[in-house]
Amino acid sequence: MSSLLKITDLHVAVDEKPILKGVSLELRQGEVHALMGPNGSGKSTLAYTLVGHPKYEITSGTIEIDGTNINELDPCERARLGLFLAFQYPVTIPGVKVADFLRHAVTNIRNPERKEGEGLIPMREFRKELKERMEELGMDLEFARRYLNEGFSGGEKKRMEILQLAMLQPKFALLDETDSGLDSDAVRVVSEGLKKLSGPQMGSLIITHHERLLEYNVPQFTHVMLAGKIVETGNAELAHELHNHGYAAIRERHPAEAAEEQERQAKAQTANAGF
Amino acid sequence: MSATLTPAAQQTAFDAASFEKFLATRTEPVWATELRRNAFEAYRESLLSELDPEEWKRVDIRAFRPEKFSIPAASASTHALETLLADRAEFAGVVSHLDGACTRTTLSEKWAQKGVLFGNLSDLIQTHGDVLRPHLMTRGVKPDSDRFSAWHAAFWTGGTVLYVPRNVEVNEPLYSLIGLAAEAAADFTHTLIILEEGASATLLEETTSASSTATGLHVGAVELLLARQSNLRYVQLQNWNDKVWHFAHQVGRVEADASLQWTVGGLGAKLAHIHQDVFLDGRGAEAEVNGVTFATDRQVISYYTQQTHNAPNTRSDLLYKDVVRDKARVIWRGMIKVAKDAQKTDGYQRNDGLIMSDTCRVDAIPGLEIEADDVRCTHGATCGRVDEEQLFYCMCRGLSRSEAMHMIVQGFFQRVYDRIPVEIVRETLGHAVERKLGIFG
Repeated sequence: MSSLLKITDLHVAVDEKPILKGVSLELRQGEVHALMGPNGSGKSTLAYTLVGHPKYEITSGTIEIDGTNINELDPCERARLGLFLAFQYPVTIPGVKVADFLRHAVTNIRNPERKEGEGLIPMREFRKELKERMEELGMDLEFARRYLNEGFSGGEKKRMEILQLAMLQPKFALLDETDSGLDSDAVRVVSEGLKKLSGPQMGSLIITHHERLLEYNVPQFTHVMLAGKIVETGNAELAHELHNHGYAAIRERHPAEAAEEQERQAKAQTANAGF
Repeated sequence: MSATLTPAAQQTAFDAASFEKFLATRTEPVWATELRRNAFEAYRESLLSELDPEEWKRVDIRAFRPEKFSIPAASASTHALETLLADRAEFAGVVSHLDGACTRTTLSEKWAQKGVLFGNLSDLIQTHGDVLRPHLMTRGVKPDSDRFSAWHAAFWTGGTVLYVPRNVEVNEPLYSLIGLAAEAAADFTHTLIILEEGASATLLEETTSASSTATGLHVGAVELLLARQSNLRYVQLQNWNDKVWHFAHQVGRVEADASLQWTVGGLGAKLAHIHQDVFLDGRGAEAEVNGVTFATDRQVISYYTQQTHNAPNTRSDLLYKDVVRDKARVIWRGMIKVAKDAQKTDGYQRNDGLIMSDTCRVDAIPGLEIEADDVRCTHGATCGRVDEEQLFYCMCRGLSRSEAMHMIVQGFFQRVYDRIPVEIVRETLGHAVERKLGIFG
């Protein structure tokens, strides 16, 4: 039976400022969804909220996995239920080796009941698996011994996110602009990597401005966000249209949200001018 | 803060009458007894004056009551000491002390035949007094430095001595264990390492307590004396229980083209204050100093480190990493001194503190005193909390908050571990930190 990530009328605030204003979306294992929208429309906020960043406060609405409300769960508990976010800006963990980090992560995800200090998956088995995944992604095995994201280039960091995705095999993968800031070769590697990992066991929500990632990973659904709401949902055609023609048509079709977007931008500019 | 000792201290195990009684129990050459008498005078005098405010102003020892401690009579105690290092490797020699008295010395025949001495100071001062005399508290730890060095020099009871003759390279590690067991025992062990020209050795030393509740006192001294082109790796893991007061003067002197690698682990003690000096005395001398400190509960761990460059083309490199939790405190005051003639000095010192609670504190104060004009000296200190974004990232990968915190702490120390070439030391430190974090694998 395939699992369902269900978001219902989600309202989210950051520092008491409302950002998401009623987002609903259903993502099933095996599906590919694209999430598009202009800067500031709330795409990353949605991603961070789904994985439980403490800064993002759910003011109303629900996030459920297979009917279980996960609003109150911490990021670790959500990860163990099968949620994964590939970060737009992966964090450096100084002094922690990729292999050590991943061995803990993999053990916890596969054995969600594990407590700290309890056994890890056998080293030999883990190494073999890590080596295979790294080879598939064309990564130098030396990376396993490096400190997580320390001194990595932009492309290396993104590839490391995909490696983690490959090792953790989540039910639901959220990819936050995994293709941004990369040269075209790197975008291809990441796109192909994601394609290889996709399958009936994984549902993906791909946040992107570009089309390349979606060429390799054709979405069944494309959602467009504007001013904290999903204003349209279509198929791959919609993604294609947005890529070619931008968001002008969207704004025309949704004048209320477009006006709100403008208002927010004006406010943000005033606030910035204050500094 | 650094008040003179209370009047009650006058009637203690360390007063004049007790000192004479103590001397009567010793079998030592006349010169050694003279050294003690002079030191005792210096000790008495030092009690009348304040401790150096520069060194002590951030360390509060008002609660310290020396009269509560005494040197145990030679005990037949055979406590099993829990150690971090003892079982981790094959050692070429072992010296153990319990409550200040030596309980065991071994040295493999191979090294003994080459003239290596590894044993107890109380014995070796009788059998090899002529070897030790030029070195014992003459160039390294000076008895009249302050109250604690004088106190130690008057009352030392034993300790580990390593002497390596010219061009002998001891390529297997040696091990020294210093234990405290009896309630209110005072330990005055002295560590003396003498490497002759071209010699090399590795000594791993560990302090430990037999029980978690017995109070104790350590007034120690460490002297690391490296002749030209010699090479020493010395590790001291201070792992007393949290009822022990630990005061120590520790000095390394490095002559031309010699190399000292010195690692200190500060894990235990109620309050520890270590005066750690490294002198680069000859052209081309170098010293690397590594510190791993982890203070929890109400522990106070304090270091006063100096890197003194007395000769040209010398290099010193100090890196301390401190993690502090609960209501604990770590104080580090560092200084690089460069003498006028010590041109082309390369000096570095850095202290990084990681804070794990709202109620702990780190004070890190680097300093430079440079008289030469062609040098490169860098210093730095950082202090911060565990980064919330790092925690969030780890948690997004299925690590619990506490596991993430612990992984970040281990990673924080990793930079120091990376500088330690002895694998068992890296492992031991990592393991000790894990245990202190409360992770039992």
